[in-house]
Amino acid sequence: MSTNPVKFYDSSIQMAHGAGGKASRRLVEGLIAPLFGLAEISGEMSGQAMTLNDAAYLPLGSAGTLAFTTDSFVVKPLRFAGGSIGDLAVNGTINDLAVSGAKPLALVSSFILEAGLSSEVLEIEVRTMAEAAKRAGVRIVGGDTKVVEHGSADGMFITTAGIGLVDTRAHLGAQNVRVGDKVIVSGPLGDHGITVLLARGDVDLETDDLRSDTRPLWHLVNALLTALEGSTEALRWMRDPTRGGAASALNELANDCGLCVALQDEKIPVRESVRGACELLGLDPLTIACEGQFIAIVAPEYAERACEVLGKEAVVMGEITQTPAKTVISKTQYGGTRVIDMLTGDPLPRIC
Amino acid sequence: MCLAIPGKIVAMPEQELSFALVEVGGVRRKVILDMLPEPAHLGNWVLVHVGFAMNIVSEKEAEEQLELLRALGEFLDEPLDEPLEEPREEEVATAGGV
Amino acid sequence: MKFISEFRDSVLIQKTADEIRRLTSGTGRTFRIMEVCGGHTHAIYRFGLKDVLPKEIEMIHGPGCPVCVLPEARIDAGLELVRHEGVIMTMFGDMMRVPGKYGTPLDMKAKGADIRMVYSPMDALTIAQKNPDKHVVFFAIGFETTAPATALSLIMAKKQHLTNFSIFCNHIIIAPPLRALLDFPDLRLDGFIGPGHVSTIIGCKPYEFISAEYGKPVVVSGFEPLDLMQSIMMCVRQLIEGRCEVENQYGRAVLWDGNSRALAALEEVFDERNSFEWRGLGFIPHSGWKIRDEYAEFDAEKRFSVIETSVEINSEAACGDVLRGLKKPHDCPLFGTVCTPENPVGALMVSSEGACSAYHQYGQRLHEIEIPSNFKLQEETVV
Repeated sequence: MSTNPVKFYDSSIQMAHGAGGKASRRLVEGLIAPLFGLAEISGEMSGQAMTLNDAAYLPLGSAGTLAFTTDSFVVKPLRFAGGSIGDLAVNGTINDLAVSGAKPLALVSSFILEAGLSSEVLEIEVRTMAEAAKRAGVRIVGGDTKVVEHGSADGMFITTAGIGLVDTRAHLGAQNVRVGDKVIVSGPLGDHGITVLLARGDVDLETDDLRSDTRPLWHLVNALLTALEGSTEALRWMRDPTRGGAASALNELANDCGLCVALQDEKIPVRESVRGACELLGLDPLTIACEGQFIAIVAPEYAERACEVLGKEAVVMGEITQTPAKTVISKTQYGGTRVIDMLTGDPLPRIC
Repeated sequence: MCLAIPGKIVAMPEQELSFALVEVGGVRRKVILDMLPEPAHLGNWVLVHVGFAMNIVSEKEAEEQLELLRALGEFLDEPLDEPLEEPREEEVATAGGV
Repeated sequence: MKFISEFRDSVLIQKTADEIRRLTSGTGRTFRIMEVCGGHTHAIYRFGLKDVLPKEIEMIHGPGCPVCVLPEARIDAGLELVRHEGVIMTMFGDMMRVPGKYGTPLDMKAKGADIRMVYSPMDALTIAQKNPDKHVVFFAIGFETTAPATALSLIMAKKQHLTNFSIFCNHIIIAPPLRALLDFPDLRLDGFIGPGHVSTIIGCKPYEFISAEYGKPVVVSGFEPLDLMQSIMMCVRQLIEGRCEVENQYGRAVLWDGNSRALAALEEVFDERNSFEWRGLGFIPHSGWKIRDEYAEFDAEKRFSVIETSVEINSEAACGDVLRGLKKPHDCPLFGTVCTPENPVGALMVSSEGACSAYHQYGQRLHEIEIPSNFKLQEETVV
């Protein structure tokens, strides 16, 4: 977390504030977090300066530590190749808990429904959520439903909140990251965001094999914790790159740990169709959301083992260096270096 | 200066003569052919810009260009007493284009 | 991907880099080369080519970014149109974040204006067909790469007898600002990297005046890193050998005479304006297109009696100097402080091809922070 207090000056809320990039961070760090006193809370819990994590930690003394998180889902269209809003609502919150090192225990779900929404559509999503939760071994234990006038919501908005028990083997935090640590990603970037962009129908693109990567990640995280059990410190930090993509997640890491995240262009995994769509639209795959991948920072001697455990799509795509501090860079194949900045605004395709 | 990407024509619907389906890295896009100076065929590569095919990309030219660059290294690998000969590039470039 | 991957080949890029180094070392000379086109600026930064080129090469960023050079008066005049009842304004994504007197189009959209992003003028045409009770305006920008697409869309609109479609035409022409730059006394340039995609339309002839009258070599270049490296190499060779001509590096896409069909479409729909204002460069004669009388019903300026009012620009902003290659983005007092991609003062920080945006996004921090010269990623041993 930056030591300079962030100020929020924007006079009204824009789409960019929800994109997961710089504007989002300014809103949270400059307005919301200070008013909720989040710095004091997390300072108490971890003894560190506030970092904004995917979940909050609530120590319960000898019973352990609870992780507590929430997320809202406003995806349009509601259904797309590989999943739907229901899948995202369950998997998304499970994953926030998982990358915080916590075994997900239970979720609650709030629905904001647009009047006129087809009941069949609602039923399909509720069923989807029930199945996703069952597959992940998590229970949905309650929730709330509200209806708003036609035109006030895109069909439906879903908010889920989840609690989990922090695994005793997990010791995560940006402050644990060291020079030489490896940056591992569980699989190709950008599948979800491009799938949804295409499903929306505004862009005249089609492709055969592209699906959202939405899936629950706890079993992978658990496997990782088990594989690295020999050293409790080997797994330093995790994040799932949703809105804002890997670029935003890694910039937050660089900012929080004060070091440099140095990637290698040719190691960054991107599916061919995602690459093609990004080239056509002028987008950077590093800024596109994933819903079923995570980034792990691992001590170098354990990196190979970590990739084995995470599966054949997992790859080391970079490492932590000293300088330039608080910066994410990527080396091109020919020794050139580019700075990877956090998203500004919503990714708008470059045409001219 | 504007984003234009090379893609391959993978379908040409008969009923719509001015459109084709162009594929870039597994992603397909409908593209208008009205700007092309000569007729395109299935399998041609075209440069796509704002929904139009601007030109057909010459595979022959591309290969020749890459050959030139591959040969560049070969000259440099040998020690030279005389200055490098530089014949082909200028000829290709100034011979009124290709 | 074909025609992309081969032209990003690191072995060949290294070979060209070595050749450029061989040519330039020992000359004791700096080669000041302007890449005209914003797409080239973006590519140079995206692929980190500055790190690959020897220090004897200084790349100067040119004004070839149609969003960057659009003056605020034109932006405001265009955005006035959206305040008319029943107008749907359409524009490319790049335009959506350009600041005008009412804020950016995104700000206006957030407050309820019907402004929609399109990827093609044909998308705007489709919106017009689907909304017969509204009037659709397309905010047309771009050089000769994009103008033919607008022209063909108008030809199609006319064939379909559309009555609810018009364009606000800000298409510009590449050669006149180059001449204006060359006439500028303070500018020291040795050669040019010419805009590859504009040239697929206009060919290479329009640049002949640069070598013939001003004695500077021009190499028309493609956009992949290998294209740029080869073009810079060809330009340096010309300079060292004392040659001065127009060369076509982008032979796989550019014909010397250009694209006759596209040029015919331009001819049918557009006419040259007597002069057009460029941000930072002032009024340049014959540098823009306007719509011919035969297509007057599609001219938003005529249908809506558009009036431009002159605008006070922030006098500290160095947009003009950056566009003319006199200053680098970080020389502007507002760069990175007052003017950032989130809060741009001028369009060079908005457009992803603007020098300021590219610099900020890709290069600013590298400039400020020294990367140790032994900075190297360790060899990967995994996967």
